[in-house]
Amino acid sequence: MTTLTVNGEEVALDLPDDTPLLWALRDEMRLTGTKFGCGIAQCGACTVMVDGMPRRSCVTPVGTLEGASVETIEGLDGAEAEAVQSAWVQIDVPQCGWCQSGQVMSAVGLLRMNRAPSDEDIDNAMAGNICRCATYVRIRQAIHDAADTLEG
Amino acid sequence: MTVQSRRQFLASAAGLVIGVALPLKGRAQSGAAAALGDGTLAEGAFAPNAFIRIAPDNTVTVLSKHIEFGQGPYTGLATLVAEELDADWSQIRAEAAPADDELYANLAFGLQGTGGSTAMANSWMQMRQAGAAARAMLVSAAAEEWGVDRATIQVEKGVVSDGTSSATFGELAEAAAGQSVPVEPAVKNPSEFTLIGTDRPKVDSRAKSDGTAQFTMDVYRDGMETVVVRRPSVIGATVASFDDSAAREVPGVVAVHRIPQGVAVYATSTAAALKGRAALEVEWDMSEAETRSSQEIFADFREMANGEAMEAERIGDAASAIDSAEIVHEAEFLFPFLAHAPMEPLDAVLEVRGGKAEIWMGAQFPTADKGAVTQVLGLEPENVTMNVMLAGGSFGRRAQPTAHIGVEVASIAKARGGDGAWKLVWTREDDLTGAYYRPITLHRMRGGIDADGNITGWENRVVNQSIVAGTPFDQGGLDRTSVEGAIEMPYDLPNLAVDWVKADLPVAPLWWRSVGHTHTAYATEVFLDELLEKAGKDPVQGRLDLLKDEAGRDRAVLERVAEMAGWDGTKVKGDRAYGVALHESFQTYVAEIVEVSDAGGYPKVHKVWAAVDCGVAINPNVIRAQIEGGIGYGLGTILHNALVLGEGGEVQQKNFDTYRMLRIHEMPQVEVAIIDSGADPTGVGEPGTPPIGPAVANAWRALTGQSPRELPFAQAGV
Repeated sequence: MTTLTVNGEEVALDLPDDTPLLWALRDEMRLTGTKFGCGIAQCGACTVMVDGMPRRSCVTPVGTLEGASVETIEGLDGAEAEAVQSAWVQIDVPQCGWCQSGQVMSAVGLLRMNRAPSDEDIDNAMAGNICRCATYVRIRQAIHDAADTLEG
Repeated sequence: MTVQSRRQFLASAAGLVIGVALPLKGRAQSGAAAALGDGTLAEGAFAPNAFIRIAPDNTVTVLSKHIEFGQGPYTGLATLVAEELDADWSQIRAEAAPADDELYANLAFGLQGTGGSTAMANSWMQMRQAGAAARAMLVSAAAEEWGVDRATIQVEKGVVSDGTSSATFGELAEAAAGQSVPVEPAVKNPSEFTLIGTDRPKVDSRAKSDGTAQFTMDVYRDGMETVVVRRPSVIGATVASFDDSAAREVPGVVAVHRIPQGVAVYATSTAAALKGRAALEVEWDMSEAETRSSQEIFADFREMANGEAMEAERIGDAASAIDSAEIVHEAEFLFPFLAHAPMEPLDAVLEVRGGKAEIWMGAQFPTADKGAVTQVLGLEPENVTMNVMLAGGSFGRRAQPTAHIGVEVASIAKARGGDGAWKLVWTREDDLTGAYYRPITLHRMRGGIDADGNITGWENRVVNQSIVAGTPFDQGGLDRTSVEGAIEMPYDLPNLAVDWVKADLPVAPLWWRSVGHTHTAYATEVFLDELLEKAGKDPVQGRLDLLKDEAGRDRAVLERVAEMAGWDGTKVKGDRAYGVALHESFQTYVAEIVEVSDAGGYPKVHKVWAAVDCGVAINPNVIRAQIEGGIGYGLGTILHNALVLGEGGEVQQKNFDTYRMLRIHEMPQVEVAIIDSGADPTGVGEPGTPPIGPAVANAWRALTGQSPRELPFAQAGV
């Protein structure tokens, strides 16, 4: 039994310790905004926040999360989240959309630490998130737009 | 399988002539993709035809006969309807149409399906007429209610008025439903367009930015079991025997069955299914497998290129012209197998209850998959429902004439027996090692140049598999998808011979974003660039001089892109080099110029200028997005991607650690110009992809003198 907090609510998971957080979120909690893309932490589609830091849920065993606080796309809030998601919609970043929850999580993670990222900062923070539709031009632009909104 | 009847449909489609048909019957049944529409027909709704529903709450829902996987048809088709309806964009919703070849046929195919960048082209008149018909009925309803002449009524931004009275579409919905349906409704003159041609926000961006968009994998049914299948790592191998004793010990695993596709593990959760699959012991029968390595296949292709071939195009006498040329240039290009690798791996959900079945799937040919389930389970067609879901990318992968996913999920249900619900999940390893690849291909080319620098002869011999063989798209003889782009080039070459050698491999081939153009654009535009260089000609002016008189649209995009990039004939400036390519595909014309530097023996692409002519630009925002994405897709591929069969045929790349995708730091800036040629609209999902590879290769050759002959660049030792 692992007890953790997911989007602010306490959850007790009766799952084998090696169950990836990704499948616990999806199959057990029906939080389907977090996506499966590779299963080996290469694509970032499954990115969630664990204790405030972006983490690949597909390789994070639930047994390591006792007492942890998990934030998924469904529970995302705050100024950075609002700025990022508004910017995403404003310039129509998504194409197929499958990777975008993970992209948004990584972008929010970046802006929470760095409100005025350079292109290089964006590359470093976002290089772990693959977008097969290659929406990268707009991802970069939307992060800059969101940063501008936050600087306001 | 319904292949025979679909072939008849195709035959009647008269060689891909795009006509207009407007099914008039509304359908209460809905697709569940409803990221936007909610998939229900509201009480009192007005359904003038199969594509539109106007609800009393004043929403207008457009049913998209084309699947949405990022290329934008929900927004595009809704724009056409909204334009003719004079709706307000904010009241527009879009959702998937159900599976029905009669109501929702792609008019270019004769069956329901998405592909070949045809969504806008085949829907252009049909969806506008659908909107115009609905508008006429709303106007008639208002005229009747207000007792005024129809001619006094205006419609603007979703409001119907005659100067005295006014009403919303929602208020008129019930009355409009009682009006007669116009048979040939008049559509607007393009000068009257208010939505078409302007940037329009996409209908699905919000749901795809907050995690609420529903895809196949997000469907959960009561009592549903998740199923993963152990498949061979050598293509074509089959199960000889297996030991599932350890797999059955895994908590959560409820059953293991052999199915035609491999060994299926059924579990109460995905994690348990995956653990169960890992615990299986399987012996494989290799008798039908492709056990050659990619290098052995290339060696065989080289032999085959010397043998018999099918004529694809002939002008004059290319062989004699080249043999007597001043300069003879030869090249052989090798293109690897490629996987599409959509971000959402293949999946499907099937529920069987009391002789009825319901499917949820990102099906690109939904009636084919529905037919497959119907047949495998032995059900009556009217008892099977297909919900076409949003799909996390496709790039051709979900366009399955064989309906193999429908067959597989039905086989899973059949093997388990009885009623139940099953979710089939492919892992990334299944996706990359499971064939349905862009075919491995060889181009052997020869060109001749005379003493004045004119290209006098051009030979191209293509060796690859036929993608359409055995599918309803097979018309016998030459498979145009094997050579498209290598034939009917826009250049005026006096002597030309293009031939095709058909190879048969047990590796299932499939169309991959831009199909034959994936390799023909590279081979022809790199080889042409090299010939122009040997002839001492400028890559842009040399191409312009070669273009046929009738190639005006090719000329216009090339001239525009040269202007955008400030092309002055200098191929190298400091540490930056520039390369160009021009290629039409699916009747959309694209020219690209790239700026490249040498990042430690590997090209870094800084900037891409692209000029595109896709006819009427329905939504420039979506067009730019597709060109940007098509460039990124093609660039990652030529730099990094090959699915290599190793010794014994084992697929070497099993996940994204070795099948490396383009990442954000490798994405160039992209500047897109859309040329208004006034032609009817054509597609943009694929045509941005073909020119990027040859443009980068041409820039790289200018910079380093190297011209990769075997793709990707990484493979060529670049």
